[in-house]
Amino acid sequence: MALNRDFIGRSFPPSEPYEVSRIKIREFADAIGDRDPIYRDAEAAKAAGHPDVIAPPTFPIVVSLGGPGLADPDLNLNYAMVVHGEQRFEYTRPIQAGDVVTCTSTITEIRSIGNNEKMVIETDIRTVGGEPICKTYNTIVERGA
Amino acid sequence: MTAKVNYADVEVGTEIPAQTYHVDRLNLVMYAGASGDFNPIHWRESLAKAVGLPDVIAHGMYTMAQGGRYVTDWAGDPGAVLDYGVRFSAPVVVPDEGGADLEITGKVEEKLDGNRVVVALTARSAGQKVLTRAKAVVRLG
Repeated sequence: MALNRDFIGRSFPPSEPYEVSRIKIREFADAIGDRDPIYRDAEAAKAAGHPDVIAPPTFPIVVSLGGPGLADPDLNLNYAMVVHGEQRFEYTRPIQAGDVVTCTSTITEIRSIGNNEKMVIETDIRTVGGEPICKTYNTIVERGA
Repeated sequence: MTAKVNYADVEVGTEIPAQTYHVDRLNLVMYAGASGDFNPIHWRESLAKAVGLPDVIAHGMYTMAQGGRYVTDWAGDPGAVLDYGVRFSAPVVVPDEGGADLEITGKVEEKLDGNRVVVALTARSAGQKVLTRAKAVVRLG
């Protein structure tokens, strides 16, 4: 079913604050098989000039994934048919342990490509204090039946 | 926050040594848990096939993470990555037996001001390009 074009340009309220822990960063680094000590050892991170362990470049997906807007039944999104089309991160700085962040997402584009539906979600990730961390651009494709 | 590779030491066309990363179902289960993406196409074979996929496929973000790891291992500091984007052009199919290999290559595509470079990546699995337009902007030392 076609995605609801009324959602183009719609922004969603900021997500609940997410507190980034050292253990979550380590779990993520383990899951992607990256042994870099900068993701698990605060001393190694400090030696590299960071205040605490930092997160891998794709970690912001953990805090920006989904979002309440995509669960809105009016959007007509069939999650089982969704594949990830494109992803981009624009970093102001790495996420680090201790950050408390919120995400504000906007659906910037919905259009048909053949039988598929393409949707772009832009997310601004900031600390609760308002410090910008990262912008993410998430393109998902709902495959046509 | 300084990359270990020096801007002066790279030229447009400088190649980054190729790497092969192996991916098994276990990696996808771990990734599902760590990322919170529990879409069953990444772990339930019957469901993946029912929606027209050849088998379970890796999360696009898992594949993208391997490209990120490739870049940060080269640069020496994950904090040096300023921008990273990819297009997922084909799924990485991960059979129950034997898993899959992901081969990543990269080269310096452009030198920018402020010691920044654009690194262009390629990622292949089972002979297919799985990422296209994969680029990272990295601030070198």
